[in-house]
Amino acid sequence: MSEARGDLFAAFDGGLGDFRLDATFTMPLVGVTGLMGPSGSGKTSLLRCIAGLERLPGRLVVGDAVWQDEASFLPAHRRPIGYVFQEASLLAHLSVRANLLYGRRRARTPQTLGTEEVVELLGLAPLLHRSTARLSGGERQRVAIGRALLSQPRLLMMDEPLSGLDADSKAEILPYIERLTRSLSIPVLYVSHDPREIGRLTRRVAIMQDGRVVGTDDPAAALDEAERLVLAMDDGERTRLAVAAVTAGLGP
Amino acid sequence: MDGVIATTIALAGVTTLLLLAIATPLAWWLARSHAWWKEIVAAVTALPIVLPPTVLGFYLLIALGPASPLMSLLRPFGVRTLAFTFEGLVIGSVIYSLPFAVQPIRNAFEAVGDRPLEVAASLRASPLDAFFTVALPLARRGFLTAAVLVFAHTVGEFGVVLMIGGGVPGRTQVVSIRMWQLVESLQFGEAHKLAAGLVAFAFLAVLAMLLIERRAGRGPRP
Repeated sequence: MSEARGDLFAAFDGGLGDFRLDATFTMPLVGVTGLMGPSGSGKTSLLRCIAGLERLPGRLVVGDAVWQDEASFLPAHRRPIGYVFQEASLLAHLSVRANLLYGRRRARTPQTLGTEEVVELLGLAPLLHRSTARLSGGERQRVAIGRALLSQPRLLMMDEPLSGLDADSKAEILPYIERLTRSLSIPVLYVSHDPREIGRLTRRVAIMQDGRVVGTDDPAAALDEAERLVLAMDDGERTRLAVAAVTAGLGP
Repeated sequence: MDGVIATTIALAGVTTLLLLAIATPLAWWLARSHAWWKEIVAAVTALPIVLPPTVLGFYLLIALGPASPLMSLLRPFGVRTLAFTFEGLVIGSVIYSLPFAVQPIRNAFEAVGDRPLEVAASLRASPLDAFFTVALPLARRGFLTAAVLVFAHTVGEFGVVLMIGGGVPGRTQVVSIRMWQLVESLQFGEAHKLAAGLVAFAFLAVLAMLLIERRAGRGPRP
């Protein structure tokens, strides 16, 4: 868990349609790193660039491997990443079991995570023989997480995995995510716009706004940045921030 | 009569298999490409829907006849002409039915969308792997529709097969041509039998189409 394996360094600058991503982002390849920001701030775009699903000019180094620079671009299927999309996106023509094993059979990295371990960790045993069409939203997302884990990723990226779910499903699935981030040694990049959700998983959070990473995991810099943001707010925004802080259990 | 039916089934079967193989990469490209000129290609592949079959047959007859530059390329292989041959009929039928294969397969590929392919890529599947293990199975109903449409359309064609095939008994005489010859020679009894058979076939083909569509409507959610 505490074994340090270097950092992920990403810098992308380019347009995706009307949106412009101009982000520099660093995270250690250990534990959980949160990525927060209002919707439309570029969190998903940054993840897609790291996964190789979008290609913007830039540079991406993971540990000692260069995945993208001026001269090279490692295609998405060669990047040992586990990607959990906002919607579970199960492959509709495959059973739950075949969905789980799709990435495992293709993994080129050593098989460190066993199927039984993942099934146990996410409570998937009762779902294995069900059709994907008969799963609830929370169950579908658990299968998607298990599928990503079984592809033996060196980095697990989760893009607001709970945002499409109702409150009950969220409450059902968050403990599973907490458990897996604590028991596995895979670094996790977790995107959410919900501070309470991210607060349960990590203290290390980067903030995005308008296509830029504006806060970092350096607490002092984050504090300065927060101060700057608060000073730039009008009264209405400050009130909303205060309400959000109190709701999140961060009263003065 | 048996020879006519055998020729018809052979022609429709070979045409269907060839067209599935030809239309699949074309439909994939039309569904996935962002090239500005792809709709021009789509329009060219859809031309046979609008053109009178006799126009298409006329051009093909010239292209496959002994005087065509295309055939002079085949002369070293001992081929002088493909007009009035079964092979010529297959070529004509493939071009004539191309839109009936391309359109349903393209629609099916478009309905699959980006996400399942991104999921496959994030699970280490190469683009070719993802095509065969994700895109093809998810689009399978488009292939069924295309196969039924092409087979039925080939059985029903008349103008093109008459122009290129000429109705040579045992080689290029298919049921639609036979039907015309029977009526022309006033053999109404025989014509009735053949016509009833074709109505039954057409009904079964349309029924198969509807059942495939219905199953597609009830498909699992993405």
